[in-house]
Amino acid sequence: MSAPLALVALPVLPLVGALAAVLSGRWGGVAAGAVAAGVAGALVALTGAVAAGGPVRVDIGGWAPPLGIALEADGLAVAFLALTAGVMAAVAAAARPRFGAGPDGAATRAGHAFWPLMLWLWAAMNLCFVSRDLFNLYVALELLTLAAVALVAIEGRAETLAAALRYMIFALMGSLLYLLGAVLLYAAHATLDIGLLALRVAPGPPDRVAMGLLTAGLAVKTALFPFHAWLPPAHAGAPAPASALLSALVPKASFVILWRLWFEALPDLAAPLVLALLGGLGAAAVLYGSVLALMQDRLKLIVAYSTVAQVGYLFLVFPLAGGAAAAQPWSAGAWSGAGFHALSHGLAKAAMFLCAGLLMTAAGGDRLAQLRGLARAMPMTVFAFGLAAVALTGLPPSGGFTAKYLMMTSAFAAGQPLWAAVLVLGGLLAAAYLYRPMAHLMARERPEGAAPVAVSRAAQAVPLALALLAIGLGIASAPVHALMQIGRPGAAEEGL
Amino acid sequence: MTVPDALPLMILATSLVPAAVTFFLPQEAYGLRAGLNLGGAVLKVGLVVFMLAEVAGGTLHETRIPLAPGLYVLLRVDALALLFLALSAALWLLTTLYAIRYFGTKPELARFFGFFSLCVAATTGIAMSGTLISFFVFFELLTLSTWPLVVHKQDRASLAAGRMYLAFAVPAGAVLLTAVIWLESATGPVAFTDPPDLSALAVWEQRAIFALFVAGLGVKTALIPLHPWLPAAMAAPAPVSALLHAVAVVKAGAFGIVRVVFDVYGLDRMEALGLGLPLAALASATILWGSLRALQQVEIKKRLAFSTVSQVSYIVLGVALATPMAVIGGLVHLVHQGVMKITLFFCAGIYDERAGVRHVEGLNGLGPRMPVTSAAFTIGALGMIGLPPTAGFVSKLHLGWGGVQAGHPWVLGVLAASSLLNAAYFLPLLWRLWFLPAEGEPCPDERVRGLLAPAVATAAATLLAGLFAAWAISPLGLATLIVERDYLR
Amino acid sequence: MIDTAMLYGLTGAGVVGIGLYGFLSLRHLLRRVLAFNVVGSGIFLMFGAAGYRGGGAGADPVPQALIITGIVVALAATALAVGLTLAHARASGRRTLPEDDT
Repeated sequence: MSAPLALVALPVLPLVGALAAVLSGRWGGVAAGAVAAGVAGALVALTGAVAAGGPVRVDIGGWAPPLGIALEADGLAVAFLALTAGVMAAVAAAARPRFGAGPDGAATRAGHAFWPLMLWLWAAMNLCFVSRDLFNLYVALELLTLAAVALVAIEGRAETLAAALRYMIFALMGSLLYLLGAVLLYAAHATLDIGLLALRVAPGPPDRVAMGLLTAGLAVKTALFPFHAWLPPAHAGAPAPASALLSALVPKASFVILWRLWFEALPDLAAPLVLALLGGLGAAAVLYGSVLALMQDRLKLIVAYSTVAQVGYLFLVFPLAGGAAAAQPWSAGAWSGAGFHALSHGLAKAAMFLCAGLLMTAAGGDRLAQLRGLARAMPMTVFAFGLAAVALTGLPPSGGFTAKYLMMTSAFAAGQPLWAAVLVLGGLLAAAYLYRPMAHLMARERPEGAAPVAVSRAAQAVPLALALLAIGLGIASAPVHALMQIGRPGAAEEGL
Repeated sequence: MTVPDALPLMILATSLVPAAVTFFLPQEAYGLRAGLNLGGAVLKVGLVVFMLAEVAGGTLHETRIPLAPGLYVLLRVDALALLFLALSAALWLLTTLYAIRYFGTKPELARFFGFFSLCVAATTGIAMSGTLISFFVFFELLTLSTWPLVVHKQDRASLAAGRMYLAFAVPAGAVLLTAVIWLESATGPVAFTDPPDLSALAVWEQRAIFALFVAGLGVKTALIPLHPWLPAAMAAPAPVSALLHAVAVVKAGAFGIVRVVFDVYGLDRMEALGLGLPLAALASATILWGSLRALQQVEIKKRLAFSTVSQVSYIVLGVALATPMAVIGGLVHLVHQGVMKITLFFCAGIYDERAGVRHVEGLNGLGPRMPVTSAAFTIGALGMIGLPPTAGFVSKLHLGWGGVQAGHPWVLGVLAASSLLNAAYFLPLLWRLWFLPAEGEPCPDERVRGLLAPAVATAAATLLAGLFAAWAISPLGLATLIVERDYLR
Repeated sequence: MIDTAMLYGLTGAGVVGIGLYGFLSLRHLLRRVLAFNVVGSGIFLMFGAAGYRGGGAGADPVPQALIITGIVVALAATALAVGLTLAHARASGRRTLPEDDT
């Protein structure tokens, strides 16, 4: 498969698969499996091309910007495409018993709806990572939001419908802000292509306002504090495979777009105050989300608030990037650190939600008291949960540790140790709120009269594989780091 | 001469591979699991013996594993690494034998032996670490792999002990990481072969970073006031206590302090910054406080735990005093205390398993009834007190001598007081064992080879290390080699 | 004298303002959906104004294409929102979100 074809196939295959899933009714799971295989093949081809020859670019229809839309896959895009593919494959495997066409899977509306929604989500994510046109990204973001909202509401209970509506209201607000920003940029520069904007933009009020609107819109979609209120009930109310997608992948798409905008399109617009504001909101997210996670009694809510906290770490890249001092052995420390953090969090959070789903199936609920003593019956799942916790806390060896190391080194090298303190404190709080469920799981006895429902080893192996990948990301950091550097913008090293 | 090859990695693999495989073995695969773990332990001892010959001849092996640009794991077997490595390897073999016999057919053995081997792998990694970041990675891995061992019994006391352990160890890891990154942001990555130039940091920063290092490493070293997790961890089964207190966790902390003092700061800079005296004072306070608290304990394992709190700080004291004799004394005590303490814990486990005795009163009259165990216990206790010809005497002699050399004769006072206190809490136990009548029937049967043999072996080692200390292949010989080669450079 | 483009742009901005006010302050879910559509219309109006290229040259077609696409997207979002609101009303008997109930 040639590289441009692979690049185009990445958003298109899941779309085709989604249509096939809608048409085929009960066989949606098969369509998902076929798409996974196709995407895997395309990714392999694309990774090889990017690693060998640099970023791969395709102009749709042969029309170059500003008339047409460009798709471009640099190293960062490839890494996130791979993350999406891995998590999607795992979720598909985990969702088959529940939503699939087999004997245990109920032929319910949820079962029919899950596969097309999942595949639309995949198509939208892939498009978010490779598209270079702001309006194209708007369409992708909307598709992502609609699919995600529908996934939240898929089981149709009153609380989940309310959560889905709340999510929709916030997300629509974000879309409108984003669109308004895009309009202002077009009005000023007659183009919406990221590459061309980088050449035409200049510091001044119109571009600053536009950038502010875009940032605000994307921050709402990424659930940055204080726009996070929709996330915990939405992620906790959805079924476990859907929660895995929502927490691990969806915020990453809007974050990557925001990241690209700042570092590639408009790096000169940044004022130190704005960077400090973004970093400050990120720090607040870390602390607030962690403290709230400590207070929850249900496992899925703990994990959902953990997402609120972890998303905050990503926003530390704005004040920290470019803090490379002379002794810094790595280049673009904080920039790469944010990338590692997003990848590691994606894998670990998906693993954690899938574990939560399995534990809920075994215990009949996700209150911590109901989960007591499950470690004896489900050692693989508890081990996977522990590994995912290690990655989220940033303990070595894991992708989370590599990210923490890179960002802390940047903080000290930039002479801003306060952010390092946030990272350390966040890690300690994460250890605390993830320890609570572990302690309950490791208790000796089950509550009275609650024999656990058996869960197959194959089902338990799926989150274990994801968690091992999160750990492996830390051990095999070198190739991933090298991949991310391909096509890296100059602002990653010089700073904003 | 430094030889880059895969041998250090192989030493690490002798416990990593059994760990990975053991997790997947079913509970009933007793023979396979025992064989795998023992085989790994024997192989490790063999490799360590080979390394001893190599290092004595001046050849150092190292393996470099890149994780990312500027971030690599360096495993290097130099003389200091070998000191800790030899202790770990030998004691792992004995503890594995003991644990196999101790647990028998109790449940959750796959989990236990899996994390047990992982714990030893982490300790091996700590011993062989050649850079600060490698050290940190294995140090945190040690915390993570010992928690499941502490909570193994999964009862309320174990879970509470595990919670306290994490509550101390995880923040300590965060403090250690801060120290490492703060240092490295100014000096670049720190390798132990090549002491960094600290002049890029202000004097207050150098002192602050040292304080952070001591705090971060001090939890595992059980320096006061960071020690409460150690007595609480006695809720764990006896093989775990033996491993934690003789080999893995406490020695890892002390070893870290040795590395920081020698290879990161260097003895000259320590003196220039005036860091030696505060560290020596902290160590002395820990020595005395640990012994005082040990007097109050009525549970045997808790008494031994506080004794460990006290004894591990001898190592820190030796390094803080910074004279050749003191450093030799501290380093050799790393080995001696390990051997002596594990003897005591093996015996405590035998008393618990075979006689149901956990408290001091239960020891009455057990001497004649369980002679082999009690003899080993006696040797270990005499070693702790520091009587010749045990190994403990050799360590204390060097430490006292070194204190005088450093111009701090008060160290002699601390050592004398500590010996008196040790006598005060060990001699009554010996009195009870041998000179008090036993209560009640039946007579406990100690003759379980798998439990006795390790205890006898380590008791014998206590005597041999003391009697033959002057030989070049004794722990004292190795410690002297380290100091002559690396300190007097 | 305000020229055509400025007039359309200001009108669009005004519509956006009205819609935003409604979106943030209204409680009834269907009214919020309507407010979303109003804001969307205002943004599209601004987009169209951005395509003004002077009297004789004709408008820039790109914004017109984007407006059409945007209308379709807004339609899909509205459909989903209305469907969810109906389902929510049927399931819980409420016409507002739980936290907005007085």
